[in-house]
Amino acid sequence: MKRITVALAGNPNSGKTTLFNSLTGARQRVGNYPGVTVEWKEGIRRTPDAELHFVDLPGTYSLTAYSEEELVARNYLLGGGPDVVVDVVDASNLERNLYLTTELLELGLPVVVVLNMSDVAAAKGLEFDTTLLERRLGAPVVPAVSSRGVGLDDVLASVIAVAGHNGDRPPARVDFGREVEPRIERLVGTLATGSGVPAGQRRWHAVKLLERDHAVLRSFDDPAIAVQAEEAAAELDLDGADTSDVTISRQRYAYIDGICRGAVRGRALPGLDRTDRLDRIAMHPVWGVPIFLALMFVVFNLTFTLGDPLMTLMENGIGSLGVWIAGLWPAGSQSPLRSLLVDGVIGGVGGVLVFLPNILLLFLAIALLEGSGYMARAAFVMDRVMSRAGLHGKSFIPLLIGFGCTVPAIMATRTLETRRDRLITMLVLPLMSCGARLPIYALLIPAFFPQRWQGPVLWALYVTGIVLALVGARLLRRSLFRGETTPFLMELPPYRMPTALNLVSQMWTRGWLYVKKAGTIILGVSILLWALTSYPKPPAGWTPPADATPAPAAIAPAAGATAGLDGSSDAGPDAAAATAAEVEAAAAMAYSVAGRAGRLLEPILRPMGFDWRIGTALIGAFAAKEVFVAQLGIVFAVGNPDENAEALRARLRRHYDPLVGYCIMLFCLIATPCMSTVAVTRQESGSWRWAQFQFWGLTLLAWILTVLVFQGGRLAGIA
Amino acid sequence: MPLALIREGTKAVLRSIQGGRNLRGRLAALGLIPGAEVTVLRNGGNGPFVVAVNNARICIGRGMAMKIEVD
Repeated sequence: MKRITVALAGNPNSGKTTLFNSLTGARQRVGNYPGVTVEWKEGIRRTPDAELHFVDLPGTYSLTAYSEEELVARNYLLGGGPDVVVDVVDASNLERNLYLTTELLELGLPVVVVLNMSDVAAAKGLEFDTTLLERRLGAPVVPAVSSRGVGLDDVLASVIAVAGHNGDRPPARVDFGREVEPRIERLVGTLATGSGVPAGQRRWHAVKLLERDHAVLRSFDDPAIAVQAEEAAAELDLDGADTSDVTISRQRYAYIDGICRGAVRGRALPGLDRTDRLDRIAMHPVWGVPIFLALMFVVFNLTFTLGDPLMTLMENGIGSLGVWIAGLWPAGSQSPLRSLLVDGVIGGVGGVLVFLPNILLLFLAIALLEGSGYMARAAFVMDRVMSRAGLHGKSFIPLLIGFGCTVPAIMATRTLETRRDRLITMLVLPLMSCGARLPIYALLIPAFFPQRWQGPVLWALYVTGIVLALVGARLLRRSLFRGETTPFLMELPPYRMPTALNLVSQMWTRGWLYVKKAGTIILGVSILLWALTSYPKPPAGWTPPADATPAPAAIAPAAGATAGLDGSSDAGPDAAAATAAEVEAAAAMAYSVAGRAGRLLEPILRPMGFDWRIGTALIGAFAAKEVFVAQLGIVFAVGNPDENAEALRARLRRHYDPLVGYCIMLFCLIATPCMSTVAVTRQESGSWRWAQFQFWGLTLLAWILTVLVFQGGRLAGIA
Repeated sequence: MPLALIREGTKAVLRSIQGGRNLRGRLAALGLIPGAEVTVLRNGGNGPFVVAVNNARICIGRGMAMKIEVD
């Protein structure tokens, strides 16, 4: 069977992804383009004659690349990857959409033009003479309504037909007029000698050089080409009424005008329609922000109310898996493999996977906001607030996702156009208190604060995170990322009902990336951290230091405890009974690398009011923030803290006071992003440098602030 | 005069854009080139600045709208 690679190109909001989903259904694969962090989506469609591999390129208005996404789309097309390019154009806005089409045709790519949303255009009174358009463009033009599956068969037939006589069509020639043409010819001549540009692409490259396209200029090693290009562009600046790039864009639109003349009848006038009326509300100067915040509130509430039962289901499922695997060994087995699988792999990876239902729901809500067209409005509404912090309006969405989980939030920074905006957002993101930090607060707040203070304390923690993130972003913008802010420029797509297929597909795509992360790097670090908290094992007869284990108040005689029998300060009247196994676990933890490191760190932790136990738990929390709670459970020998939360709280109260309790939460809020965050920051920023900067920067910030709060609190006499 | 000063509901023709090549290029790909006819859809004090060009709505920052000269 013939294999055909088809690239889907088109403007943002042209319905490209809807077409991709309709054509390929569930047979999709997602990943990243090699070396960069742009999402790569491939889907397969089988017909009786061929196997079609569709690649959904990032949306782009032209082949001049302004963002990483656009650069990826362009490089893919230039690199000769696809056999056929399906160019999806929005029929209601044909002229603008044909801007990209002409560039694709100039490259000599085998193009099929899909006149998408032709129903909407027809409703607006637009009529198309597709035969005439085909003749003028020199490429098949297929009307379709991808959201309702209309015209898909025609699209497939055209793709197969075009793939059949690949290479027959010469590149289209846009006539750029008498000022531009001689300069193009000259540069084509220059490129003909040893530049390495294929003959069919020389004209397109020459035009880009005249436009002073940075990426194209940089792609040539030969400095003579840059000199000649600049010479020609400078001449054109002087000859034309405008700079060379404007002259070229004008000529391109003039050419498009010629194509549409007589082939498009009627003119859709931008009048006040439903979209404008809705925008009056959604982008209201006063109500815009409250409306957005209210919508977000609904989204988050739904995510958690609907997600929690599912999350419990996941927890139970993962828990049962752990029990089942543990059951493969005889009871009480000390097999390292069993411990590795149950405590390391299932504990670590499972702990991350548990959030999957919530994350899928959150992605679904975001897909709904994006697909309906509201996201562009939200970006505008928030731009006013965010620009004060030196961030782009679009940064708000990742920051918001950060309340759920930092990992998908960092992935969501992909929607930001400039690398600077992406990096700033990424670096401050861990300050948004994620869902995994909630178990820490849920354990500590009731332990140290009376009922009526519990809400305000939780609120204060979240607000502290938000304020630090905004201040941090502003400081970064003023120090490391100085320079002009990206001007706000964005198309407002009409409001639409997103298709169910699009919603589900987007949810799965992003969810799958999350699962993949859990299966790879997080698996590795989980195993490492498991080893740090499990080894070395204490030798038989080792007596832990007096403060390493609480006194076992009641030990079953059959248990035969070997460690931690000497009394300690824990034997208070309210001490919950620790079993011999729990005492043993606490002792083993104290003996392990993590336990020793906790002690080693004590001098640094002291100024914050922490002892080695907190230090040990913090090391474990690097795996995932909520592991902090489990680690405390082990250190304080209460076993599973989920079941014995009250016992653990009682022990915590005996060791720490409310000020220390608050400081622990403050430190956990700010410090040391979890390993998944570090890994995904490394991946999305493209360098360990930024991941390290984030890690150490936040840890230092946390230390300074916690020391200030603790010492200040002590001075103020808070015990 | 700058585009930012055009009243809501009024048509104008773009004359020139003061800005870097990047900005000009981005505007051009969106259909905002000298000679293009735009309709100002929204222009209210603190609110958004939205223009219609061809059949698309483009939201522009006010600072940018000051850099676009129209007739």
